[in-house]
Order: sequence, then structure tokens, then C-alpha cells
Amino acid sequence: MTATDTLLESRRTTGAACLVASLEAVGVEAVFGIPGGAILPVYDPLFDANLRHILVRHEQGAGHAATGYAQATGKVGVCMATSGPGATNLVTPIADAHMDSVPMVAITGQTPTSLIGTDAFQEADICGITMPITKHNFLVQSAEDIPRTVAEAFHLASSGRPGPVLIDLPKDVLQSSTTFAWPPSLDLPGYHPIVVPNGKQIAQAAQLLSQASRPVLYVGGGVLKARAVTQLRQLAELTGAPVVTTLMARGAFPDSHPQHLGMPGMHGTVSAVSALQRADLIVALGTRFDDRVTGKLDSFAPNATVVHADIDPAEISKNRRADVPIVGDAQQVIIALLAALADQPDSSGAASVARLEGWWRQLNKLRETYPLGWEPHTDGTMAPQYVISRLGAIAGPDTIYTAGVGQHQMWASQFIRYEKPYTWLNSGGLGTMGYAVPAAMGAKLGCPEATVWAIDGDGCFQMTNQELATCAIENIPIKVAIINNGNLGMVRQWQTLFYDKRYSNTDLGTVNRIPDFVKLAEALGCVGLRCEAESEVDATIDKAMHINDQPVVVDFVVGKDALVWPMVAPGTGNDEIMAARGVRPEFDEDEF
Amino acid sequence: MTVSTASELAAPASVASAPAIVRPVPIDSRAAQRHTLSVLVENKPGVLARVASLFSRRSFNIDSLAVGETEHPDISRITIVVNCEHRPLEQVTKQLNKLVNVIKIVQLDPHASVQRQLLLVKVRVEGAARSQVLEAVGLFRAKVVDVAPDALTIEATGDGHKLAALCRLLEPFDICELVQSGVVAISRGSRPIRLFP
Repeated sequence: MTATDTLLESRRTTGAACLVASLEAVGVEAVFGIPGGAILPVYDPLFDANLRHILVRHEQGAGHAATGYAQATGKVGVCMATSGPGATNLVTPIADAHMDSVPMVAITGQTPTSLIGTDAFQEADICGITMPITKHNFLVQSAEDIPRTVAEAFHLASSGRPGPVLIDLPKDVLQSSTTFAWPPSLDLPGYHPIVVPNGKQIAQAAQLLSQASRPVLYVGGGVLKARAVTQLRQLAELTGAPVVTTLMARGAFPDSHPQHLGMPGMHGTVSAVSALQRADLIVALGTRFDDRVTGKLDSFAPNATVVHADIDPAEISKNRRADVPIVGDAQQVIIALLAALADQPDSSGAASVARLEGWWRQLNKLRETYPLGWEPHTDGTMAPQYVISRLGAIAGPDTIYTAGVGQHQMWASQFIRYEKPYTWLNSGGLGTMGYAVPAAMGAKLGCPEATVWAIDGDGCFQMTNQELATCAIENIPIKVAIINNGNLGMVRQWQTLFYDKRYSNTDLGTVNRIPDFVKLAEALGCVGLRCEAESEVDATIDKAMHINDQPVVVDFVVGKDALVWPMVAPGTGNDEIMAARGVRPEFDEDEF
Repeated sequence: MTVSTASELAAPASVASAPAIVRPVPIDSRAAQRHTLSVLVENKPGVLARVASLFSRRSFNIDSLAVGETEHPDISRITIVVNCEHRPLEQVTKQLNKLVNVIKIVQLDPHASVQRQLLLVKVRVEGAARSQVLEAVGLFRAKVVDVAPDALTIEATGDGHKLAALCRLLEPFDICELVQSGVVAISRGSRPIRLFP
């Protein structure tokens, strides 16, 4: 044995080497992170590891990239940061992943155990800080616990209701010597997610479905997480019931499907919102009756019997009381429902078509009367909705779209036709501006064959665009469409509607080319394009579509007065939905 | 939880006799909405913080909390008395169950369980009044655990009603310090809480 071999041998038995070996063993392909003092021991064995580390420019970028990777691939996303500020910079993406139930493992360095609690340099109690925003977190006390902790973290993150798990590793634990043994046995005596639904409740749900004359399938992100898209389609087509997909579930059911009414909620379609309001049965699958969907809870779906299926028991009857509670994985629930419906002759075929005929007549009338749309601008500026709908039409249904938060996000949800699952990634629960660019980077890394478009606002883009340098250097050629209206558009929309057009601090001035997004893109190693006329939109998108060896940023300069419609004003009930400015849909109550 | 504020603790002895400071709040006063939860958790660092912070961030009120090891050294038992209606109680139980370190939660029916808390009270009392205090101590099967020339320290255990009654009886005397534990509770009968299903 040579001296070098001995060195290698001893290096492989540190806590840090154990961590890297554990990450390899659970199948991690990519880690997004930034090194620093406390996590430095990990970066040494990581140098030779059989996984790719993407050196990001800000830890928030690492976190959202891990989320984008996880949402696009279904695998656990991994991000890494040092102690103190490195760890606290992960707080926003961790909270984001928590709200949207994204499987993520965050690994942070920590000051040595002897210094914990002494306000040491770069010390932050990241376990304490992230307690309310993680599914679970670990402060590892001993190097021999590392393999088991990693295995437990990945199991927790990816099973049951997925979510972020943080592992905090003191520097001395990483440096201490230990032996690596795999696979470890998990020690989680309090963790038993319920996957298989209760048969009695399924039978009850099936019976209700076979009798309802105004049913709606209210589909949430849990259906995507459970990979139950095929089963959902079977259920929809068997029962003939209308389907609505929440912001987190866009793509779970094809937008082109005749039974799809679109997105419910604050900016949902009139037909989707009204279907829930007037339903006699809501079958909620992997969704949580979020306030953006229900509007004022007291007046939400007043006559509906509610079947609520979710893998998290705490979601059931949290906001709206469930008449039939079903705890289980959405795929298992739908499979069980399909089997139970087979025993109900009235649930499908001619009987169900006849039973739902009136319901569909009313819904189709709403669909025809109040389709999604926008008014062309008369001041010569581009309509942002036009840009986004052309982008969707040209890039097509195989493209993965990510969005920031605000008007552009709502338009991207409304005017792109999602036909396939996992092609729409956004920050639904937390509403994190700055999500789009790093999430696109993560999605592109996980799905290198797919075209990935980040649809971003000019406000959002200025929060995280530094990751374009990462994309350029690491050869992750994403495409970014900045919907540049020079304003914090959604806030401005609320000022227009609820604050008497007093535009306090929403004008970013970006239409004056500060910053010049084309130059900024070029400075970050990307191709920068600009489009200011609707006549040039298609050509500009085509040009961007043909650049595949470099990230591309397109500055679409659009008018600032466009508003997102329909809208249920905050604090009001869904019946008060406005289809467009001054247009309150008329409901023929006799028909419902 | 009956909590004294920092300013009360810092109050000089000369004003400590002001009755407002030491008037005990009987935990049982809102009995209609009180629920006792026995929460079995892994005996690991930080678990109590996870449980306590969950209550505050979900806006649930804890009336009392007591924690200690059980017959299994790896398992601790947290007895929590919460004050809420049925539906919030269901929600808090579900949220608690989501904590990975929580193994089991049992709601204890007050009629089918024994519930006890510990009270220590210091009464400044001299001369003839002393025998009246000692009489109360005897009636409540409490104990005098410390004697000073001008004060008695009394230990009492019982449910909230009994301790509140004792405090009412001692109130005419000079209660200068009072401390209570959280409630601990155990079911009646031979069946223990089974740890694992």
C-alpha cells in the first residue's frame, strides 16, 4: 500500500466522505450549492464524487433550482449551503417547497458542536429557523449517524405528502472519522403515511358520484405528485364529470380535453369557478381548498357535498368540512374509485350522460359566453397576454414552462395550453417572486432534452437573474421571456382596482432601460433579444427557439395597463367573480 | 399555562403582598372547552420545541404542558391541556401527528382518567393565623414542606378544582409566592396506552 492509498483510505472515512457516499447511494445526480467555511469538508470529497455539483450564484437560486429539478423529474431535489448566511438564504426556497409539497433535501454546514450556542462566526440556528417550514429537520450529532440521517431525509422528503427536509451538519462532525455502511436501517417510529384509502369511504364516494347530477372533479397538485394523471383521465371519462385543475395541477388533465373547464380560483375561468359554486358534489383530489380557490369560505360551493381525498389527514376538513374524508395517495384513491364505480351501473355510460346533460348544457353556455381573453391595446403597446399565448403556441406542449409570481404567472397559467403533466412549474403557495429563472435551470438540468422557457416579470427577473451566469457557465441553455411592463404588475393591478389608482412604489422604471435587459443578458453570457411590437413576436420567439447552445433572454416590452381577468376580489365570495372589468357574469339561477 | 410576566417576577418584596400578583388562575375555569392530550414522543433534543412551536404557529392555546420520561427511556410523554372547540382540536391533533417525532396521541377523557398537578405556595403567616393555615393544609391533605418563623411553604397535589379551592382558602392570608406544574394524566383501569399499533 502506498502513502497515497493510505491517505485516500483515511479520507473516505470522514463524516464528509460518508455524506457524499450516502448521497451517491440514494441516487443523487445533481446538487445545487455554494461552499463556505462550515460545509467546506464536504466539498473536498464532492470534488471526486459521481454526481454533478452546480455552483450557483446565490443560495436562493440553489433552493429554487432543486425545486424546479424535483417538480420536472419527480426526483428529490438537493441543495447545499454553508452555515449562517448560506443557510438563511435557503429559507425562502425551503418555505416555497414546503407550501407546494416539493420533495427537497437541503444540506447545510453548521459551526462546530463546541461553538453551537455561542453566537460563533456564521452561526445561525437553522434547525430552529426552518422548523415551521420543513417536513422535518435534523441536527446531526455524530458522524456515524450520517448515512441513516441521509436515508431518512430522502425517505421523508419523497414519501407521503412530499416536502423539504433539512440536514444540518456541524463542521467537527463532518471532519471526524467514521466508517461508512450502507444501507442503513431507518428509525422513524412516528412516521407512517397512509397510502391506501379506506374501502368504505371509497364506496361512499363512488355511490355519491353515481348519483350526483352536478359533480365536479376538483384536481390539485397531489394528483401530479402521485403520478395519477392516467388514472385521473380514466375517472373523468368514465364518469363524464367536469374537471377543474388548480394552479398547482395545470397539466394534470389536458387543456384540450372537452371535460376540462380550466383553473378555478381568484383568476380562474368563469366556468370553473361557477362549476364549483353550483356543484352538488365536489370530489377533491390532492388539493387543499386554498383561500385563492375558495374565495370567502362561507359562500364557497354552498350546496355541494364534499368528498375530499388527500394523503395528508390534516388537510381534510381544515378549511371546508368534508362529508366523505378519504386519506390516501391520489393514485391509489382513483384506482380504488374506478374499481368501486364498476359496481355502480349508473356511474357511467348512457345513464351518466343523461344525468349530467343539463349540467353540461349550463357549463358549456358559461364557457361560450365567458371564454378567457383580453382586449387589444389601443395605445400601440403590446398586450402581454398576446406574447404569452404566442409563446405557448410556438414552443408547444412538450416545453416546460416556469413562471415567477404575479400577472405574468396568471397569464402563463391561462393562455398556455398545457397538455402534459410536469410542464408547468410555479410557486403556487408561497408566491415567491424570483422563482422562474433558477427553477428553469433546475428543470433543464433534470430534463436536458426538453425546451425550458422561464416566463418572468421584470420585477421577478431582477430578484434572481444572477443564475443566468450559472446557466451560461454550466451549459444549461434555458430561455427566458421577460414580460416587461416596467412595473410590479399585480400590485399595480390591485392599486388600480382597490387603491384609487394611487401607484405607490410599483413603477420599476425598467421601460427606461434601467437595467437594459438585453445588455444584462449579454453580460451574463446569454443571448439578449428584444421585442416591442406584436408583429415581431413570432419571429423573435422563433429566433430564440433556434438558439440551443446558450441561454436566451427576450425582453418583451409590453403595456402596463393590462389586467388579469377574470377576478374574484380578495375577501369576496366566488359568486362575485368579474369576467372582465365591469362585466359581472349573469347566472340564470333557474337553470342551476 | 399559568405564566408570570418578567415584571411580576422582578417586583420588589414590598409590593409583593398586592393580591393581584399571586391570585392563582384555576386551570379548570373554562372546563367546557378543555381537552387533555397525552402525546408520546421520541425522547430526542428539540422535540418539545417542535410541539410547543406548532401550537403557537397554528394559533392554538396551551393551558398547561408537562413533559417527562416514560417507562421506556426512549419515549417521553407530553401532557398538554388545550382550550379549544372540537374542530380545532381535531386539527391540532392531526398537525401534531404530522410531526415525525410524535409517535402517538391519545385524548384522555376527564371522567376516565386521573389528572393531577402540583402546587407549591408560600404563605406569610405568623401567630394565631398559623393554626388556621395548618388546618387548611390538613383538610386538603396537603403538606408543609418548609417552615420559617414568619412563613409556611405548602405542597399540594390534585386536580385543578381542588388546587383552586385550596388557593381560595389561603387567599385571606398573605400568599407571597405560588407556583404550579402542568397537569399530568393517566387513564383509569388496567389498559395502558399501547405504544405501537
